[in-house]
Amino acid sequence: MRNFLAIYQREVKSYFSSPIAYVVIGLFILLAGIFFYLIVSNFVQMCLRVDMMAQQYRMAPQKMNVNLMAIRPIMHNLSLFALFFLPLVTMRLYSDEKRTGTIELLMTSPVTNLQAILGKFSAAGTLFLVMLGGTFLYIIFLFLYGNPEVGPIFTGYLGLFLLGLCYIAFGVFFSTLTDNQIIAAVSTFVFILFFWAIGWVSGFVSPGLGETLSSFSLIDHFDDFAKGVLDTKHIVYYISFIFMGLFLSFVSIESTRWRGR
Amino acid sequence: MIDVQQVSRYFGDVAAVNDISFKVEKGEIVGFLGPNAAGKTTAMRILTTYLPATSGTATVAGYDVHEQSMQVRKRIGYLPENPPLYQDMRVRDYLEFVAKIKGVAPADRKKAVDEAMDKVAISNVSDRVIKYLSKGYKQRVGLAQALVHNPEVLILDEPTVGLDPNQIIEVRQLIKSLAGNHTIILSTHILPEVSMTCERVVIINKGVIVATDTTEGLTKKHAGATRLTVSVEAPLQAVVDKISAIRGVNKVEKTSGNHTTVFVESDKEVEIRPEVARVVIANDWPLYEIKAEDVSLEDVFLHLTTQEEGQAV
Repeated sequence: MRNFLAIYQREVKSYFSSPIAYVVIGLFILLAGIFFYLIVSNFVQMCLRVDMMAQQYRMAPQKMNVNLMAIRPIMHNLSLFALFFLPLVTMRLYSDEKRTGTIELLMTSPVTNLQAILGKFSAAGTLFLVMLGGTFLYIIFLFLYGNPEVGPIFTGYLGLFLLGLCYIAFGVFFSTLTDNQIIAAVSTFVFILFFWAIGWVSGFVSPGLGETLSSFSLIDHFDDFAKGVLDTKHIVYYISFIFMGLFLSFVSIESTRWRGR
Repeated sequence: MIDVQQVSRYFGDVAAVNDISFKVEKGEIVGFLGPNAAGKTTAMRILTTYLPATSGTATVAGYDVHEQSMQVRKRIGYLPENPPLYQDMRVRDYLEFVAKIKGVAPADRKKAVDEAMDKVAISNVSDRVIKYLSKGYKQRVGLAQALVHNPEVLILDEPTVGLDPNQIIEVRQLIKSLAGNHTIILSTHILPEVSMTCERVVIINKGVIVATDTTEGLTKKHAGATRLTVSVEAPLQAVVDKISAIRGVNKVEKTSGNHTTVFVESDKEVEIRPEVARVVIANDWPLYEIKAEDVSLEDVFLHLTTQEEGQAV
């Protein structure tokens, strides 16, 4: 536990003592803000139009759901932005240690590989939590001017967090494979994008295959979270995805010793 | 303290180290000497548990480097060829981190870091960010990192590389002062370093140990021949013929000089100087110089590490 904390603290400090954390968090929140504005102003316009139509035809105005029409698209946007940003957060975790040789310190210290991997994984997870926390400020505005339901917001953020941890787990893995940060980031991005897009083809193939593919898709599992549905099958999927990424990282690090590179 | 038994390590088909065995006693300083790519770093990485051996066993402080690697890791300080520094950290933070992962108790941590910084004289830069330090300071921070948990065994891979002459002397003195309390293995390809700091030398070439001995023992044993420079005024051919005739002389070679100067090589047990003097006097040659040369460690090293190529040609 002490070793885990030592690694974790060092990684978090290293994020925040370099520009990485500030740039990533700042731009993530900025981007989220722009899209929040677009989505919400679009939603407000739609509400006005519905009101006008109701007056014209002299009937009761249709009730607009802020959760369904504003928060859900926002959640989907955030899940996409995380895909762009998180590979940049995880790329240096092992690559940099390999490049500078600090991996030799780490692997000749009485720290197990599991402790090191979990420390790094949690540090990146913490950074992602801060990124998500920043976007929560926008949601507060919705509470000030409307009355969204809390439940779907909670499940949405839970889903986002789990989804982000999936990205991070495989980000750590690809970072163990190379001493080049760019290669680590690009492979993470492409790999995650593949698991993201795998559900898109489900509409074009036979229903059985389509459902199978869709159940592998990272984003199809996220849909229910954004809707406010908490289903254990999605949680189990994400947890196994994270576990797989961490397990592969572990195997990769262990085998580095045997390969000697 | 360190016991290596028939350790080999292959990278693909290439043996980086091949069947090496040696022992290091507690408190000794042992030098690992060899040309580049001889397998020094690989041997050290096996001892530090960074790389597993393909075959053979190695124990450090009584613990097997593979089976009980965590116990070994607690007891070693390791300075790799490139000091393993987190460039963005401050010196003190970095050393505190290392102390933490090396298992120094929280109460002793500050003291351990201060002592390590004192030993390598970097207390004045303790608040500087590592990437802005000069190469010499970085090397010393690396050394402090290896010392911070006061390990029983220190493994230093080319500890004086990149330092200026004054710093080299300082680091060598530091290493010498650490002996006794610590068992030290250091690798180098700089010969004077070994004769100055180490009590014992392990010469390694192409993954094989070619010699293990004390520095003096090595020069004596591997001298193989006594060399004599003789400078006289006489026709070269006559000198060569006459001296070659002496019993025990193996080789007579002309070298440059104002007079007729020859190198004489003989078996090391035979003292030929009186005999050479007699020949010179008998022929009435004016004598300018007669000098025996000590075989330096450098010669031994060259002899041992170039032998194979010589045979192959």
